[in-house]
Amino acid sequence: MKKQKLVVVGNGMAGIRTVEELLKLAPDLYEITVFGAEPHPNYNRILLSPVLAGEMTLADIVLNDRAWYADNGITLHTGKKVTRIDRIKRKVIADDGDGAPLEAAYDRLLLATGSLPFMLPVPGNDLSGVIAYRDIADTEAMIAAAASHRHAVVIGAGLLGLEAANGLRLRGMDVTVVHISDWIMERQLDQTAADMLQASLEAKGLKFLLAKQTEMLLAASSGRVGAVRFKDGSEIPADLVVMAAGIRPSTALAESAGLHCQRGIVVSDTLQTFDPRIYAVGECAAHRGTAYGLVAPLFEQAKVCANHLAQMGIGRYQGSVTSTKLKVTGVDVFSAGNFTGGDGTEDIVLHDRNGGIYKRLVIEKDRLVGAVLYGDTGDGGWYFQLLKEGRDVSAMRDHLMFGDAFANNHVGDTGHAGQSKAAAMADEAEVCGCNGVCKGTIVKAIREQGLFSLEEVRKHTKASSSCGSCTGLVEQILASTLGGAYQVSDRTTKPVCGCTELNHGEVREAIRSQKLLSLGAVFDALAWRTPDGCATCRPALNYYLISTWPHEAEDDPQSRFINERAHANIQKDGTYSVVPRMWGGLTTPDELRRIADVAEKYHVPTVKVTGGQRIDLLGIRKEDLPAVWKDLGMPSGHAYGKSIRTVKTCVGTEHCRFGTQQSMAMGVELEKMLFGMWSPHKVKLAVSGCPRNCAESGIKDIGVIGVDSGWELYVAGNGGIKTEVAQFLCKVTTREEVLEYSAAFLQIYREEGWYLERTVHFVQRVGLDYVKQKVVEDANNRHALQQRLLYALQGIADPWLERTQGEVPPRLSAEFTPLPVPVETVEFATGGRHEQLA
Amino acid sequence: MSNWHKVCLLEEIPVRGSRVVPHAEGSIAVFRTADDAVFALRDACPHKGGPLSQGIVHGHRVTCPLHGWNLELSSGEAAAPDIGCTRRYPARVEDGVVLLEL
Repeated sequence: MKKQKLVVVGNGMAGIRTVEELLKLAPDLYEITVFGAEPHPNYNRILLSPVLAGEMTLADIVLNDRAWYADNGITLHTGKKVTRIDRIKRKVIADDGDGAPLEAAYDRLLLATGSLPFMLPVPGNDLSGVIAYRDIADTEAMIAAAASHRHAVVIGAGLLGLEAANGLRLRGMDVTVVHISDWIMERQLDQTAADMLQASLEAKGLKFLLAKQTEMLLAASSGRVGAVRFKDGSEIPADLVVMAAGIRPSTALAESAGLHCQRGIVVSDTLQTFDPRIYAVGECAAHRGTAYGLVAPLFEQAKVCANHLAQMGIGRYQGSVTSTKLKVTGVDVFSAGNFTGGDGTEDIVLHDRNGGIYKRLVIEKDRLVGAVLYGDTGDGGWYFQLLKEGRDVSAMRDHLMFGDAFANNHVGDTGHAGQSKAAAMADEAEVCGCNGVCKGTIVKAIREQGLFSLEEVRKHTKASSSCGSCTGLVEQILASTLGGAYQVSDRTTKPVCGCTELNHGEVREAIRSQKLLSLGAVFDALAWRTPDGCATCRPALNYYLISTWPHEAEDDPQSRFINERAHANIQKDGTYSVVPRMWGGLTTPDELRRIADVAEKYHVPTVKVTGGQRIDLLGIRKEDLPAVWKDLGMPSGHAYGKSIRTVKTCVGTEHCRFGTQQSMAMGVELEKMLFGMWSPHKVKLAVSGCPRNCAESGIKDIGVIGVDSGWELYVAGNGGIKTEVAQFLCKVTTREEVLEYSAAFLQIYREEGWYLERTVHFVQRVGLDYVKQKVVEDANNRHALQQRLLYALQGIADPWLERTQGEVPPRLSAEFTPLPVPVETVEFATGGRHEQLA
Repeated sequence: MSNWHKVCLLEEIPVRGSRVVPHAEGSIAVFRTADDAVFALRDACPHKGGPLSQGIVHGHRVTCPLHGWNLELSSGEAAAPDIGCTRRYPARVEDGVVLLEL
């Protein structure tokens, strides 16, 4: 089939991001042509300020070099300005000033023409030495002027103006910032924060003239600009005037083609203009009356637009909440949302004037709606996420001000030397203790490779890609390096993987409501992009299938991680570890003798006692596994699965002089009930016989603590990456109740938890109140949950016994047998068939 | 003149799975994909030597079980942004028999 033609007008961040997203979805759908008015390939415009400040070079900020266009078969015309769209003949006409005009036909047209700086309409605005701050040419003009001139005046104290002023100051100029309002950055900051910011910029050497209106620019004898005159009659010298008084969407081309424009090219939720063949994204587009001038919304638009261009049509853009961050080294300012407050809102304010810290959080109806941070912006990313998600913050209100680390820390306990604030870390400090990645390496990768999200940083640097303990730190580094362009990954709505747009909740729901019973059915019904998924989605889907439809859905061993297929735990050298089950941590001399015999017979190099009160035999060859299991004669310990692992117990009243309950018997009973249970992630229990809690019930998924009058149940504890103390669920009296409540809690987790979500994260997501409501308060529901779990576990076989007794089909037991060494050489006739084989 | 060896019947390799062939130069993983194509790679990930035969097979790729690198079955090359390559052996199926060139 002949490819359709896509023409992109605008070679900036929005246009090319859309092309990148499109190539991910439908790499072969279009023949793509890109026109750029600037003579450069696509570069990261938000990093022009570090270039001006001398912290980066132009080469550093290129996002897609020319080879990228060639590799993807994209025709790139740089230095060519499109001057006309012929909507009847469906072509664009570009002109580079000399030679014949260039034409390109389109089936779909994408306008990403960006914006134009607003030049104050004052006399003298066309003098030499008067420029805007928009592109590489402007930046180069400023760098050149700084080398030969002294006085710079920046008109406009917004984000761009201050960054320009700071850069010029660093290049040795005497800089005055002129602003029409009473305080700087009035669109982003309240007056308190603005005054603090101004004081710190003044300390760096910038001068400010506030509430000043420019009347005209005066020429010097050279003909170049020489001074700025204000309406009050005063004048200041100026060899360079930078206009940073705002931007206007660049709509002239669209308007000349008769497209409806109103403060931007008007687009729908699918980013289509009034001509449905023509799309617009980025600063030139007006969506629901707003034209965005920041990078993050452009990227969101790009995603939706690409989805539509790829003919999937399931994306909708519904506007963005934006945040801003000033990129001036040594000054930290952040703001987002409605930071000025107003009727119906309330403020929480922390103001330490001498310490140089100001934080204002604006709350409306228990939700964070705005934030201004000055001096310490480490939590900006977190506040922004709360704001975007519209999460109820009433429960953490008293410590909201103290940030993520206090309220809800994503940073794990270990692996980064106890640091919880990335800003305070040196470049050489190790952020990711698993993969040995330093802060400087992450910052460099973000800048040089043009990374904008946590996933991208994980892929390129490996930081935060193993245990995830440092995720919070990496997010902080992203936020501080990119400011408003940082794409916060929304944990609740993130797609399962690259094979789909659907998130875990949506996939679960579809499997339930459409009664999908196999992976193939899921791929078909939910229009998976890949023929058979990937290593991320397949294990998740397989779990959702078997947990939603026990005894009905197909369990696909090839979609399980190797440990669950081999029923043992793979080690770094490809050998396996074997942990036989010891119910409640109890064993017998006979079992110990068999374990000892196995260890000797199979030359097991390491025998170790585990944290869950079991014995681990490490270093067993895969082909020996079935024989090892047979000789052990014990059930699988499931130490390898997203499943019930262990129930750890203390001695209890059976022997202990302090014990109040029979904790060992309770533990054994719980473990037997749960044997063979698959779950979203591993599940560990503990039963202690008294409040001394020797079984460490406080850091388990379910912790049971015996007291004289019964049992206390705690849930959602965790002892690993980040220690989380289990929360009190309820108190019960009888053994039967311990079983029922535990089963019900685990079943709700099994039914509603997302794959690889531990109970602690599940409960954080849905709230303990919800869990209590379903498991504690509603007796009928509790009973039903327990029954569903027991039904799912009915007839569950011991996987080791099955395989040693030959009760599994040969295709599964073949897993453990290597093929014979191939010896038979097959002779070939010229290009022909082989001779007798079988 | 090719030196093809008979390895096993196609049906002896699970769909989206693999079998291991012992070899003097190091084990070889023979993969069967969902579309019944076969591929053979040295059974060692270029990253840290993980046994690729134990990985999850999807499309024409395998994910190493140790640290999740994705390798192209047809070339042995790691998928971006990881960089590395493991040895590939020509493999094909004829009359339901898997053949390997050694």
